[in-house]
Amino acid sequence: MPRQTVELRIRRQDSPTAASRWEEFSLAWQPNMNVISCLMEIRKNPVTKQGHRTTPVHWDCSCLEEVCGACTMLVNGRPRQSCTALVDNLPEGTITLEPLTKFPVVRDLQVDRKPMFDALKKVKAWIPIDGTYDLGPGPKQSAVEAEINYAFSRCMTCGCCMEACPQYNGRSEFIGPAPIAQVRLFNAHPTGQLNARERLDAIMGRGGLVDCGNAQNCVEVCPKEIPLTEAFGELGRQTTVLWLKQLFQK
Amino acid sequence: MAAPRIAVVGGGLAGLMATIRIAEAGGAVDLFSIVPVKRSHSVCAQGGINGAVNVKGENDSPEIHFVDTCRGGDFLAHQPPVKGMCYAAPGIIYLFDRMGVTFNRTAEGLLDFRRFGGTLYNRTAFAGATTGQQLLYSLDEQVRRHEAAGHVTKYEGWEFVGLVRDDSGRCVGLVALDLRTMKTKAFRADAVLMATGGPGLLFGKSTNSLINSGSAAAAAYMDGVRYANGEFIQIHPTAIPGADKLRLMSESARGEGGRVWVPRSQGDSRPPRQIPEGDRWYFLEEKYPHYGNLVPRDVASKEIHDVCVNKGLGVDGKMCVYLDLTHIPRATLKRKLEGILEIYEKFTGVDPCDEPMKIFPAVHYSMGGLWVDYERTADGFIDLGSPKNHQSNVPGLFAIGEAEYQYHGANRLGANSLLSCVYAGEIGGPAAVKYAQNQAKAGTETPSSVFESAEAKWTARFAELARREGPENPYRLHEELGRVMLDNVTIVRDNDRLRETDARILELMDRWQHASVLDNGQWANAPLSFMNQLWNMLHLARVVTLGALARDESRGAHYKPAFPKRDDAKWLKSTIADFTPDGPKFHYDPIDVSLCAPVERRYD
Repeated sequence: MPRQTVELRIRRQDSPTAASRWEEFSLAWQPNMNVISCLMEIRKNPVTKQGHRTTPVHWDCSCLEEVCGACTMLVNGRPRQSCTALVDNLPEGTITLEPLTKFPVVRDLQVDRKPMFDALKKVKAWIPIDGTYDLGPGPKQSAVEAEINYAFSRCMTCGCCMEACPQYNGRSEFIGPAPIAQVRLFNAHPTGQLNARERLDAIMGRGGLVDCGNAQNCVEVCPKEIPLTEAFGELGRQTTVLWLKQLFQK
Repeated sequence: MAAPRIAVVGGGLAGLMATIRIAEAGGAVDLFSIVPVKRSHSVCAQGGINGAVNVKGENDSPEIHFVDTCRGGDFLAHQPPVKGMCYAAPGIIYLFDRMGVTFNRTAEGLLDFRRFGGTLYNRTAFAGATTGQQLLYSLDEQVRRHEAAGHVTKYEGWEFVGLVRDDSGRCVGLVALDLRTMKTKAFRADAVLMATGGPGLLFGKSTNSLINSGSAAAAAYMDGVRYANGEFIQIHPTAIPGADKLRLMSESARGEGGRVWVPRSQGDSRPPRQIPEGDRWYFLEEKYPHYGNLVPRDVASKEIHDVCVNKGLGVDGKMCVYLDLTHIPRATLKRKLEGILEIYEKFTGVDPCDEPMKIFPAVHYSMGGLWVDYERTADGFIDLGSPKNHQSNVPGLFAIGEAEYQYHGANRLGANSLLSCVYAGEIGGPAAVKYAQNQAKAGTETPSSVFESAEAKWTARFAELARREGPENPYRLHEELGRVMLDNVTIVRDNDRLRETDARILELMDRWQHASVLDNGQWANAPLSFMNQLWNMLHLARVVTLGALARDESRGAHYKPAFPKRDDAKWLKSTIADFTPDGPKFHYDPIDVSLCAPVERRYD
């Protein structure tokens, strides 16, 4: 039985320092609705269920096809992209929308995920090419390897894994699952391997790989099904080898 | 002189490539983007990037790529830039390979290539069906590296609102709006590159990201930059509808063997798999035996329109046809098309490996854009040392990527957009550096008063918009704009309806004056920024509509049944619009077709 109306409960917050509050909205059901189109309906008529005029809900989004990562939020308590949250696939009853909790709120459902981008700098998540001038083809790679690496290169820096990770929080220095998996990606590339050690160094100290509590929540919520925990296992071996090497060099 | 300071607006493929090139040349870059650059619209490109690497023993070459592109564009593009791009393409693909893009590979470990529309060659390198995302990420990573080294300063969450021009008319900076504090600020620059993407939002819903309003390019146009070939809007034949946007189903689905069909008899309501071969009409294969399902997009969209609207054979009576992959092994589909199969299944709940996809045409790409120049060599290539490349009519203002008009003529070939974005960035960045170095007095040394007055103008403008109250809702006005543009300025165009459309846009402009800003807050106020964007979009919509009205011929994506033929005698010309307060003023420039003579386009 499809819904007649779509009931929403949205956590609103005017600014990073303001207190949050709940607002409720009731919309007429339409075919093909997703959470984004609900938010679009609200801004065309920003009135709460109780009939009070309010401001349009503020949220982040861009591609709307789950490749940019922008529209991540908590939908019924679960971190996910709101574009693929189709109304007809959500359980009956009120849909609850909240901002991610592991990042500072900018306004309403928009958060600041800058720490994730900073972490990519910290782990040197890039191939250190000599320059962009034409230097001919890159190194040969097996089709199988390329396919495995592709899975890791689809990470959208959306923040679902960070949100779900019990170790990633305000009290811990843990860098989080997403940037660690990028170390796995770049260390597997024939050119990236040349700097593998620098990247391992970045995740060997405090806040690095050892802070992973192996709760495995990250793989559960990753929208691209990136084998995050496999990456941690592999990097565990790489860092152990490096640690032993350093031990014997001393 | 000191290292030039260049502003790049937009962090998609073109903007990031230009940023890297400027940083490599020793320049400092201020990079502006409304979203974190990693979330730019380039991520939506799916199928691949073209380059005649010739790994399949087909004797493909950059010259054939060049001819395919000119012909695909119905000869409306200046040919030297197209030639430069096609010859640079193999090197560009190699560069991405070196940067670690996880391209699909052959058994030997080489890059794999597949077919795309408008060519008979396997020329498209790909990373599953998320190639744009993968290419963008590799540039994002390189830019982060330059950022860590101090060559690049990012302004993410800032929106370009206008140019700063000095007394001589030269562009010496820009004004941007901080989307959190809602304050405007002027920035100095020795040159500015616009890499702000396409205007899909003019049509309400399209395959474009929601950030693709075209507002920045429109603002540049309103500040004096010419806008060229605006009427050429690509309708992609294969997308799926949603309440919020239309989602692309890549041409690569057909490149990998996907077949387009409709039931032969009107109103056949059997589920697609129960319709036997004999009752299916593979209309593209039948009408175009040579290119089959891989005719260029303008041709495919026009045929779908004909089959669905004129012949009434659309699936469920709608503008809808089947795109069938079910004859291809699931493992092959997963390896080569996973990204789009996933999108289709997530949004429709149907597995396209089991069931033919229901697809619809959708607005996808603007061939037109800001007018830019180039310098050609005697042998028809681009003089890469010239500051003219990608420079607009406003000195110091450059445009690259979908925001400009240079490479695709009247219709873009699939997998040429990633290429043109990267190539434009590769040559546009250095051209801006060269321009800056040639200036006797740097743009950044312009007196403060010029920047102060530009900033004051925009601060006053937003203060005024922030007070707007009235009966109209800007998002509803936008929806109306989208509907009228979609109905009248897409696959089939008619002069009376184009005239009515312009009248409607004028009416919407009037109603915009009575729109409420909806939010009086001074922090992260999206409706305030949207009010400004909408005004710019309305102006740009007039450029598109009136350009289409004037062009009485059919060429590429511009199709008028009343003028069904291409008319080279009258219309082998670029449409060029100058902004005036009363609307666009058009003139027409000849096209350099000296390298590949225009012939009739045939794909049958």
